[in-house]
Amino acid sequence: MKIIICIKQVPNPEQAKMDEKSGTVVREGVELMVNPFDLYAVEEGLRLKEKMGGEVIAISMGPPQAETALREVIGMGVDRGILLTSRDFAGADTWATSYTLSKACEKIKDYDLIICGKQAIDGDTAQVGPGVAAQLGIPQITFVRKIDEINEKNIKAERLVEGGYEVISSPLPLLITVVKEINEPRLPTLKGRLNAKKAEIAHWGPEDIQADKDKIGINGSPTIVDEIFTPDLSKEGKIFSIDQIEEAAEEIIKKQKEMGLI
Amino acid sequence: MGIRVIKNKCIGCNICVRHCQYGAISLVDEPHKLANGKEFKKLAVIDLEKCTLCGECVRPCPTNAIEIETEAHEFKDKENYKDVMVFAEQRRGELEGAALELIGKGRELADKLGVNLYALLLGKSLKGKPEKLIAHGADKVIVVNDDSLLNFLPEPYTNILIEMIKKYKPSVLLAPSTTQGRALLSRAAAKIFTGLTADCTGLDVDSEGNLLQTRPAFGGSIKARILTPNMRPQMATVRPKVFKPLEEDTNKKGEIIEEKISSELLKSNTKFEKWIEDTTSHISIEDANIIVSGGRGLGCSDNFKLLFELAEVLGGAVGASRPTVDEGWIPYSHQVGQTGKTVGPKIYIAVGISGAIQHIEGMRGSDLIVAINKDPDAPIFRVADIGIVGDLFEVIPILKEKLKKAKNG
Repeated sequence: MKIIICIKQVPNPEQAKMDEKSGTVVREGVELMVNPFDLYAVEEGLRLKEKMGGEVIAISMGPPQAETALREVIGMGVDRGILLTSRDFAGADTWATSYTLSKACEKIKDYDLIICGKQAIDGDTAQVGPGVAAQLGIPQITFVRKIDEINEKNIKAERLVEGGYEVISSPLPLLITVVKEINEPRLPTLKGRLNAKKAEIAHWGPEDIQADKDKIGINGSPTIVDEIFTPDLSKEGKIFSIDQIEEAAEEIIKKQKEMGLI
Repeated sequence: MGIRVIKNKCIGCNICVRHCQYGAISLVDEPHKLANGKEFKKLAVIDLEKCTLCGECVRPCPTNAIEIETEAHEFKDKENYKDVMVFAEQRRGELEGAALELIGKGRELADKLGVNLYALLLGKSLKGKPEKLIAHGADKVIVVNDDSLLNFLPEPYTNILIEMIKKYKPSVLLAPSTTQGRALLSRAAAKIFTGLTADCTGLDVDSEGNLLQTRPAFGGSIKARILTPNMRPQMATVRPKVFKPLEEDTNKKGEIIEEKISSELLKSNTKFEKWIEDTTSHISIEDANIIVSGGRGLGCSDNFKLLFELAEVLGGAVGASRPTVDEGWIPYSHQVGQTGKTVGPKIYIAVGISGAIQHIEGMRGSDLIVAINKDPDAPIFRVADIGIVGDLFEVIPILKEKLKKAKNG
């Protein structure tokens, strides 16, 4: 079984600080990490390989430093990593990203399964996985929490949705996105780390994947960021001290009555 | 295409350097003059190997010295794309509340643009549903009725959506950012090459017909306004509970259009086997009228008991901030906020929650926000309608008694 995992390097959100003066997020010196949801995708790929044999390939689009993310997952046991990197890929929105990743999958070819994390924690869109499936013209099962059955030809999986889950079956090849309930990602082993250090990470540019220049990077992105701002949410509320709890309670009761709750 | 620093505008202030998350900008010693003749010693330089063109440096620059250029795509038929369309999500034959919320918002946008509001309804046995959509604001409801459409499947749903986009040419297309809406619109946008903005919390239109899509970015700490200037339709998924549905008006007139779909479009590789309801989460915070939510101030897992008691008195559910879930004090299904659930109850009581922006983003749609916190400077008080500054362990018992009495008359 040939499995492709799509991963993304993201800034660690815990480290971003607010600039009090300008009201924007300061990211200088923030460490980069593998998008946490992608680790579940990697783990699931590795488990399937252990069960069925085959190869697990990780791909990522990003600047040269995103190689670190690929080495990290090679440390977990991924066979090889491919970095899609070029100036021309920069500024991609979810459309251009899906296109670029799908072209890389086409070049890898003969894949049985593509696995993505359910979303990346920097953008939180959950759009790239289905986008890749659509560009490749293969079926998708998003938000998978468990693979019930899988063989060379078919898969049956549980899809986590509002209020429960759906059991969906499909022929392969297909793309799934996974949620964190699916497994517990392993840590890199010592041997894995050594492999990761030595591993050759292939770098592919637009020509390598025969990408249409109008469909990649900022030029291939239908959306633009028009403005970034810090929301002002403040309200003029009534503030009570500890000695005024009774009044505060009266105020809440008054509102409850107005709302027809009592 | 590309990014550049306009030399005669850069004052070497270092602000862009601090905003770059990829370490791609640095200051170099390069004396230069601005257009007004003033001299500056430092100049910002962008390392194109590291830059991802994310654009985060552009806005903070006080002198507008950073520029990103793009080549625009042309969409030939743009003027013919006029109306607003809402994907009216149903699950197992029931209309989602989010569909009605979007019909309400879509009505507002359509009125501003002076166009029609379409609802697109796919499913099986949809009796009464189109009328309901009209009563909540839709002008026209396109109905596609087929046994195979009872449950969401990405391929046929996408095929039909694209077919309807081609036929009715909406300028704006909205869907709830549910598991269904996200999977559907992502697939459709990829196929037809148009822009899609995920999880919007604000929508408006400008005089040129652009949809102004506001969404939280980077964990909700900032917001981004996204446009799809050239391609149509402008697609967005919208967070449930952010907008409120309009009052039902059963006198409102509208048109119901039954569309017949060729069996080719209904083909699907994926097959729906079965639906299994999760019966373990007894109280859903998404549906509660009142939510009592706890934060780090509770100190430990056991103290959530206080909140469960208060919630019981009020007939509400218990929510939680992210740190308490990360600590394992309460399961993830209770988490409110950017990475948890967005809620919009009538009353939200935040207990011992400081009010990180990520949390506020998930509950600010509540009608009444009550905050209880020891720290008078806690940010949660900025969004509270009623704030009580005090130790929660003193406040909660008294409050509980008072509210209990009021409830029992």
